Amino acid sequence: MDALVADLESKLEGARQGGSSKAKVKMKEKGKLLPRERLLRLLDPNTPFLELSQLAAHDVYPGEHIPGAGIITGVGQIAGQQCVVVINDATVKGGSYYPLTVKKHLRAQEIAKENGLPCVYLVESGGASLPNQANVFPDRDHFGRIFYNMAQMSALGIPQIAVVHGISVAGGAYVPAMADENIIVANQGRIFLAGPPLVRAATGEQVDEETLGGGLMHSSESGVTDHLARDDEEAISIARGSIGDLEGAGNVALPPPYKPEDPLYPASELHGIVGTDIRQAFDMRDVIARTVDGSQFREFKPDYGTTMVTGFARIHGYPVGIVANNGILFSPSALKATHFIELCSQRGIPLLFLVNVTGYMVGSKAEKGGIAKDGAKMVRAVACADVPKLTVIVGGSFGAGNYGMCGRAYQPRFLWMWPNAKVSVMGSGQLSQVMNTVSKDPTQHSSLKDEIEAQSTAYYATARLWDDGIIRPTDTRDVVGLGLAISSRQRASTGGLGVRRGLSWDGEGRGMGIFRM
Amino acid sequence: EVPEPGADRIPLFDKILIANRGEIACRVIRTAKKLGIKTVAVYSEVDKDSLHVRMADEAYCIGPAPSSESYLRADKIIDIAHKTGAQAVHPGYGFLSENSGFAERLAEEGIVFIGPPASAIRSMGSKSESKDIMIAADVPCVPGYHGEAQDTETLLNAATSMGFPVLIKAVLGGGGKGMRIVDSEEEFVEALESARREAKKAFGDERVLVESYIEQPRHVEVQIFGDQMGNVVSLWERDCSVQRRHQKIIEEAPAPGLAKETRADLSAKAIAAAKAVKYVGAGTVEFIFDNETHEFYFMEMNTRLQVEHPITEMITGQDLVEWQLEVAAGNPLPLKQSEIPLIGHAFEARIYAENPRNNFLPDVGPLLHISTPATNSAVRLEQGFEQGSNIEVYYDPMIAKLITHGRDRNEALRILRKALEEYQIVGVATNIEFLHSLASHPAFISGEVETGFISKHHAELFPDLSHIQPELYALAGLYAAMRDRPHTEPKSTPWQSIGGKRFGGEQYERVIPFQSESGDVITTVRVIPISGGLYDIIVSMPTSEDTFKNVEASLSDPATLCCVLNGATLQTTIVSQLPPPTPPTGSVSNATAERLHIFHEGRKTTILIPAPKWLQEKGKDVLKAAKGGIRAPMPSLVVEVKVSPGDKVERGQAIVILESMKTETVLRADSAGVVKSVGCKNGEMVEEGKELVEIEFEEIEV
Repeated sequence: MDALVADLESKLEGARQGGSSKAKVKMKEKGKLLPRERLLRLLDPNTPFLELSQLAAHDVYPGEHIPGAGIITGVGQIAGQQCVVVINDATVKGGSYYPLTVKKHLRAQEIAKENGLPCVYLVESGGASLPNQANVFPDRDHFGRIFYNMAQMSALGIPQIAVVHGISVAGGAYVPAMADENIIVANQGRIFLAGPPLVRAATGEQVDEETLGGGLMHSSESGVTDHLARDDEEAISIARGSIGDLEGAGNVALPPPYKPEDPLYPASELHGIVGTDIRQAFDMRDVIARTVDGSQFREFKPDYGTTMVTGFARIHGYPVGIVANNGILFSPSALKATHFIELCSQRGIPLLFLVNVTGYMVGSKAEKGGIAKDGAKMVRAVACADVPKLTVIVGGSFGAGNYGMCGRAYQPRFLWMWPNAKVSVMGSGQLSQVMNTVSKDPTQHSSLKDEIEAQSTAYYATARLWDDGIIRPTDTRDVVGLGLAISSRQRASTGGLGVRRGLSWDGEGRGMGIFRM
Repeated sequence: EVPEPGADRIPLFDKILIANRGEIACRVIRTAKKLGIKTVAVYSEVDKDSLHVRMADEAYCIGPAPSSESYLRADKIIDIAHKTGAQAVHPGYGFLSENSGFAERLAEEGIVFIGPPASAIRSMGSKSESKDIMIAADVPCVPGYHGEAQDTETLLNAATSMGFPVLIKAVLGGGGKGMRIVDSEEEFVEALESARREAKKAFGDERVLVESYIEQPRHVEVQIFGDQMGNVVSLWERDCSVQRRHQKIIEEAPAPGLAKETRADLSAKAIAAAKAVKYVGAGTVEFIFDNETHEFYFMEMNTRLQVEHPITEMITGQDLVEWQLEVAAGNPLPLKQSEIPLIGHAFEARIYAENPRNNFLPDVGPLLHISTPATNSAVRLEQGFEQGSNIEVYYDPMIAKLITHGRDRNEALRILRKALEEYQIVGVATNIEFLHSLASHPAFISGEVETGFISKHHAELFPDLSHIQPELYALAGLYAAMRDRPHTEPKSTPWQSIGGKRFGGEQYERVIPFQSESGDVITTVRVIPISGGLYDIIVSMPTSEDTFKNVEASLSDPATLCCVLNGATLQTTIVSQLPPPTPPTGSVSNATAERLHIFHEGRKTTILIPAPKWLQEKGKDVLKAAKGGIRAPMPSLVVEVKVSPGDKVERGQAIVILESMKTETVLRADSAGVVKSVGCKNGEMVEEGKELVEIEFEEIEV
């Protein structure tokens, strides 16, 4: 596990470097701050940053290195208020949107919307990546969704603030234009629907970028922008001021109801508890003891359905109901989990799924026992639980076990993976065996096993946004704690626990949000 | 027959009025309280919240800030005395303390003036009269010729008879003009002629006087006390030689290196001087003391309780204010000459709001932070101001007096140095560091005091401060990083409690740029939280980089940084001073910077956090926009506005004359133009940065 973590750290470090050093030097020469320098100034000093999907697009686009999918997203604190931050990295392909860039941007917005977090966009992007336009532009969850989300969130009372640090063209122009309040950097930020070459092609007009869409013009003539800043640093200072002025908008962060306590056992021991071989069993209680406050876990039904571990604990002072695997899911395990999820749902306690599941039991005995029916109960309970759900995949997440243990499709508020985690419909060994028996062309089967193996790794998953990021086992407690703090925000404004706003839009009597006049 | 103790004593007053402010008013009130005497304070409008007002039993406002409208208003003070039933007035020092007219007015009104008779004030107030009285009383005066006859021969004869070196001075002299030191008879005539020429040119009068020149003069003064029965005693002498701008800065008692006989002689002459004017109360006879011959000459007599009286109290164990009250009530002196002790040695250091490195120019402003050394039998503090008070432009900029006492001079001086190291003031520039340099100087330690001390040892007294140790930057960096950590409570969300955490092996670091007060070189400090309240600190200076590893740090209060740096456990006071809200007038980058005052190893070091570039540029724009205006460079009094709207002005023409801390400043036009408006009037107090006159310039020179 130590080696896996070291490999993870070096991959993350590589992604943090962003684009080429040449691109960075060029940016600095223009007097701009680099994306991560902007981030550091935007956040309150000495506060955490929960970065999302750092390894998005990792080894996805053949022949192209797109670190972090060319965008930095995460949750951080600005002027005392937790916000979702979305920062274009113009050192990566000029900040243009690849399919996974769009997906990462939309996922950040989804987190903002679900948790009522104000959004701050630091914009410097040429818009959609034109060679990829078919996978970026037309579909429901493509580029246009960004603006749909901005409009919806604004109407829901979730503030949208944009800072234009550089070019913001075509579709990109709509990010500042759709924002509730925006800031542009003079002689640097540019907003236009079409740049000078296209304008010339379309109308014959010859015009330079600054005249066409510079900060002074937009702040004094068009009214597209609200604040004109001298440089990146002032722009960020103004944005921090805007966040400071949000007052009632967005949700309110609640302190935990209990005093946080460190676990009695050190997190560093997690490396020795969970091995890298997914088939090697471990007791999830050892993981829980190194994650929860005071290592206190009040177990529910400890002697029934023992391949499932359920019980109550606190993390960073927030109560949480833990659903964890200690082996294959049998009918009693599924029933126990269902019962426990119902308890948490009734009591308004957020759920934490600690996942290491090979699946539900198969075989005639299990089928006769109605495993399909009992598994379905558990899946139904997970799907309908009225409380925030957080998922950490600490081992395998296979087959229907992935559904029952709140996989991505079950919309947990956050889903993280450890670097050793594996996700697939079944283990690669079984899968290729199955294929051997059902398929007629055995020649393909040898390569299939390797392919499945490669596709089930945490890196393959995280690169495609099947999770919110790979975390070090030792960071689990803090990451989950921050996630619980974010999830607990909703309670304040909705009154009831876990009453989630639907992701479809029917108005809900909430008006139109903020229009740019 | 033994008389009952105190049976024949006249009772002291029941209530007195103190016609003063600051530390001396507090000092008088303290003794009055001890003796059960009720006190009445008077104050000017700006002093309404000051310490002496709060300490007194009653307090009355007597007018606006300028002394001439408040503390010098004898009529108002007398009214208050009548109104409150105060039987006596203590004038303190300064203000009305040596005003014979005031003493007389009080006498007419039946109020006791706690001080000498008006006649004594008057005689001693006149230089020539006092000299004549002293000569008649056999008190030595500086040998000299002040005659009307101005022929060369008479002057030369006079010089020869008093002995060389001599000093030739213009009768109307000042500022060193027409002044010549002559070492020998041969040089005399030539020097005399050049002095005359210069005097004629400068003052239109070539008359000169000749005095014996003392090469290493010292200022030695004797504290005397007289009662109404005609008894006068000496409470020994004080040495106040070390001075700046002709004002005392550090005093000691007794004077170092004085023979017993000389001391006795000084006292005898001082008593004779006091008796010659039938002196009553506390007085000081000042002598100029020749360090080479140990001869001394009468200079003048101060007819008041002096600033430096506490050192006399420390070596005699007496309360001189109590003595004043006894004498003023009509009682005899509490002690006979033979009963007055002389125990150990005492120093007084005057803490001034001033900038020693800028020719000791006074400073004004709020006292944002004060922390003083603990007082005890060896350390005494006389303060008139507290944290939050303002040092006002209208009055003397003395903040406090620090007095120490020891069994001998070395001990008293050592205690003084330690106490100065513990004395912290932020808000105004002070002379504390300078006083410490002075008290640490080998020549001062060995008692080689003289009036020229500061200029003689100037280089060592002002060590180069431009290099700031990396430790100080490390402390500044830690402080800046610690102070804006989110506020945490027992139940804080992890967003508050886990600090600048990053995940997946990323290391958060706080990067803070600093700048020294003298230069604009940026020193970058990186503070990296490692774990459990430990930090790594990297200080990057232009030519070097220092790393401090595993530094334990916390803020025990907003101004105290507790840390373990290089193995040393430190509790460092660091006080932040934000830039003034008014538009900057001087160097832009300095005026918009936040200042961190760090008290480390007994010294204050000031490190700046420069404002971000955009803010500095905004400041410059404001300056450019304000270029046409004449602004007050400091809080000051408008003495005279020399223009009115519509006037044409030339470049360099005087527009406004300001007075601040008794120094006049003339503000001139930057270039030729027309006065658009005038935003102040004569006699008005203006804040720093206020636009006084708006001028539309023909051509702006930026």
